[in-house]
Formats: sequence, C-alpha cells, structure tokens
Amino acid sequence: MSDVGSVSTPGAAVSRPGAAVFRPGAAKIAKVLLFFTSLVPLVLLVHGARTNNLGANPAETIQLTTGHWAFRFLLLTLTITPVRRLTGWNIVIRYRRMLGLFAFFYACCHFAAYWAFDLNFAIGAMLGDVAKRPFITMGFAAFLSMAPLALTSTKGWIRRLGRNWTRLHRLIYVSGVCAAIHFAWKVKVFAGAPVRYALAVVLLLGFRVFWVLLKDRRARALKSAL
Amino acid sequence: MLIKRPADIPSSEITDERLYLRRRDFMQIGAGLIGAAAGGLLAACGRNAVDAAMPPANMPEPQTPLTGIKGRMVTVTDPPNSFQDITNYNNFYEFGTNKGDPAKYAGQLKTSPWTVKIDGHCNKPGEYHIEDLIKMSDLEERVYRHRCVEAWSMVIPWVGLPLSSIIKRADPQPKATFVQMWTLSRPSEMPGLRSDVLNWPYTEGLRMDEAMHPLTILAVGLYGKTLLNQNGAPVRLVVPWKYGFKGIKSIVRISFVDKMPMTSWVEENPSWYGFYSNVNPGVNPVRWDQSHERALPSLFSTRKTEIFNGYGDQVASMYANLDLRKWY
Repeated sequence: MSDVGSVSTPGAAVSRPGAAVFRPGAAKIAKVLLFFTSLVPLVLLVHGARTNNLGANPAETIQLTTGHWAFRFLLLTLTITPVRRLTGWNIVIRYRRMLGLFAFFYACCHFAAYWAFDLNFAIGAMLGDVAKRPFITMGFAAFLSMAPLALTSTKGWIRRLGRNWTRLHRLIYVSGVCAAIHFAWKVKVFAGAPVRYALAVVLLLGFRVFWVLLKDRRARALKSAL
Repeated sequence: MLIKRPADIPSSEITDERLYLRRRDFMQIGAGLIGAAAGGLLAACGRNAVDAAMPPANMPEPQTPLTGIKGRMVTVTDPPNSFQDITNYNNFYEFGTNKGDPAKYAGQLKTSPWTVKIDGHCNKPGEYHIEDLIKMSDLEERVYRHRCVEAWSMVIPWVGLPLSSIIKRADPQPKATFVQMWTLSRPSEMPGLRSDVLNWPYTEGLRMDEAMHPLTILAVGLYGKTLLNQNGAPVRLVVPWKYGFKGIKSIVRISFVDKMPMTSWVEENPSWYGFYSNVNPGVNPVRWDQSHERALPSLFSTRKTEIFNGYGDQVASMYANLDLRKWY
C-alpha cells in the first residue's frame, strides 16, 4: 500500500501550528485542480477563436469574457477572508494567492484585448483614452492597482514586507471598487451583470467593515467590563 | 430462479482502509472543488460571458421572400455582412440588453396582425395594416452601412420603401416640423420590458426634412426576405447617416408633431445622446470615442469613421446652418 502523499516534501502544506496536518500531496492535487479549472475560460475562448465561433464581434466577445473573468476571480479572492471568518475553514487561504493571480492574469488579457483591438497597440492613443474617458480611467486604475499585488505575491516579498504586506494588499479593495465603477460606467444602462457585480463588491467589502466594527464593540465591552 | 441479495453490507460500500486514512486529504481536494463550483456560481453572475462565445443556433423562423423588389441601391463597396451576423448580434432592449438576447427571445413576438397608426398634424391620419403599408410604394433593396454608437459597423442589405412615400400620403400640415415614432410595447411577448432600463415604449424622431430624405427608409426586409423579429419586424426605420439607435424597430405609431420630440436615449442620458445623433467622428461625448469603428467581423477597430457615415454628399446640406458640436 503506497501512499502518494508521503512522497512530497514533508510539512509543505502545513500553514500554522495547531492546524490539522494534511498530507501535502492532497494540497497539491487540489491546487493543480484549481489551476486547470481556472484556465477553462481561456481555453474556451481560444477554442472559440480557432473555430470562428465567437459571434459577429469576436473582439468584443474576447474583451467582455476576459473582463468578466478578471472580475470573478477578484470577487473570489475577496471571498476568502469572509469564508474563513464565518466558517473557520482556514484551508481556503491556501488558494487565495492563485485566485488573485488569476484575477490579474485575466485583467492582463482584458487590457491587452482592449489595447490591441480598440487601439491597435498605439501607446499615445491608449494614454489619451485613459485620460479622457472616465470608464477607461477606472478600468486602468483597477488594473494598475492589481499589479503591485501580483508582483509582491511571492514568499520572498511576503517575508521582506512583513506587516506592510497586509497593508499593501488592502489595495485589492481599491481594485474591487474601481472594477465595479468601470463596469457600471461602461454599459449604456446600469442593469443586469454590472449591478450584480457591484452588489457583490459592496457585500464583500461591507463584511469587512462590519467585522471591524464588531471587533471594536467587543473590545470596548471588554474594557468596560474590566 | 431466485437470486438472493446478501444481507450484510456489500463489499463495494466498505471504504478501503487506505482511502479512509486519507479522508482529510479528500476534504482538502473538496475545498478546491467547492472553489471551482463557486467559480461556476460566479459565472452565473454575468451570464453573457460564456454564452457570448457560443451564439445560439438560429432556429428557422417564418421568413417569407419579398416579391416585387424593384430597384437596388448599393452605397458601399464592402460586401454585406453575413445573415448569421446581422440576425444574431442586435440591440433591441425590449428583449434584453445582451447582443444575443433578441435572437433568443424575439421569436415569441407575434407580428401578425400588425397595424401602424399614423396621426398628429396631418390631413389624412389613419391606421394601416402592414400589408397595405408596404404597398404604398415600390420595394427597393438598399445596401447601407449601419454604424452603431458603440463604434462598430456592418453592411446590411435592407429591403424597404422610402418613408417619404408614406408621409406624402398622410399629407402633413405646415406646422408638422418633426416626426415621432414608437415601438410596440407588449410585455407578454417582450421580456425586456420587465426591467425599466429605458422609459418604455421606445420612441425616436426625425426632423421633417430628414424624414423626407430619399435615403431614409422604412425597412421591411433583409436579404430579400421579410425581417426577422430581432431586426425589428415587421417594419423599422433605417437612417444610414445616423447612429443605429435612431433606427427604431417594430413601429406601431408614426405621428406628426410641431416640436422636437424627446427620444428614449436622450431621456436616458442627454450628455451621451443627442436628438440628431448624426455619425460624426469629431464629436465625442465623454462616454464615446467615435473616431474609429470596428467594421465587423474584423477584430481591429481601424476603420476611420466618416462624417455622416459617408453619406455627407447627400445629407450635409440639411445641416449647413447647424452647429454640429452643439447639436450632436
């Protein structure tokens, strides 16, 4: 009876003392699974493009699809902390980095599709567009604000930045808000998908505000009790 | 022969000890799977993203060939877009705000019987069956460039009749300076009406000289056959030098009025849309960049948009005294 799990580096999947010890192999399998699942939208898009099956406006289909998925992964990334707090299910933190990186990956595809198809990769026109059209400005801000987070997502940077890493990575709240405004201003009428996404952002950020207030109240209650 | 089932737990239901010992690992993999499922749920959050990649197979719809098409006017050198593209990529918010919605949901609209009411400041108002309206003038094929305000364009072979022929028959009075039109509003067959994205019914308008212009047609067909519902069956307006949204679909009423009418899109956002909405690469309300367009199905937005969509030599004189920056 061989155990695949024991082959990997021992301790690699142990996140903190006191946490249940899981076999590292399983964590790897889950991560690989998540990785390939996250690539499915891209594969579908490439397949659609190759089979000439992206509708009458393939450029727009590519722009919309990559934008939607960037936003979805951003929302998933923002869901990790509430899930942990509400369920105590700390396992999920292990997948946050990958989700965040996929958000940035799809945002890169989204930006590239806009820059290529709308502006033929002209730099001046792109910068002019960013300056001139508010919804583009917002999208660009969302995109830019995610870049430092992706760059500092490595173990080395987490160590080097220490407490500041957490502070820096609160920038994702800005990304979420900018993305929601970008989508809301992009559409001709604010209905359907952009409303649902904006609500999701409000809910996820609202949870954090609520959590901080709750902690504050508890702390004050404790103080007055002493 | 009687086959007896064993009474105790079948061996297939006993968990292998090796698997049992790894149960926590499966929970972990489960976490990954739930994550993926959450992704699926989020996918439902913006339904159109994947759908858009797979346009629905176009069901054959009741399209009748139009007989008696007398002339053919081709105004562009590019070949027309495919029937598939013209009928599956539409803005018709009465059926939903996604481009694929009209093709999906417009099939339920009953376009027969259909009447168009003509009223307002005219000497011969009336209500006409669509069959009679079509007979008011010879049908003609018009191959026009259709320029959407969203900065894409298609070449479309419409079949229609000049709006002027219908206006002349109604005999408008001198104080009729504008023409206003309305789209059908029938919630039972138009699911988009349930959300108030626009102030229904959809309404558009033209100045009288624009309405009388020979390029302005009421289209009743596409590619030699009657219109599909998603394109505005049974009768819609086509004004090739204006942005596509001026081309009001599924018209039920045409009225002669003495003031510039409020239109649906101007009402929705007056800083983005103007009454005239002439195609103009030099006028870019803050939302839009109209300097270029994507000539579908091209990927790249490299076609330089022409003033009046290239029809300037025929229509520019109507706007000689108009500041086009102010009156966009």
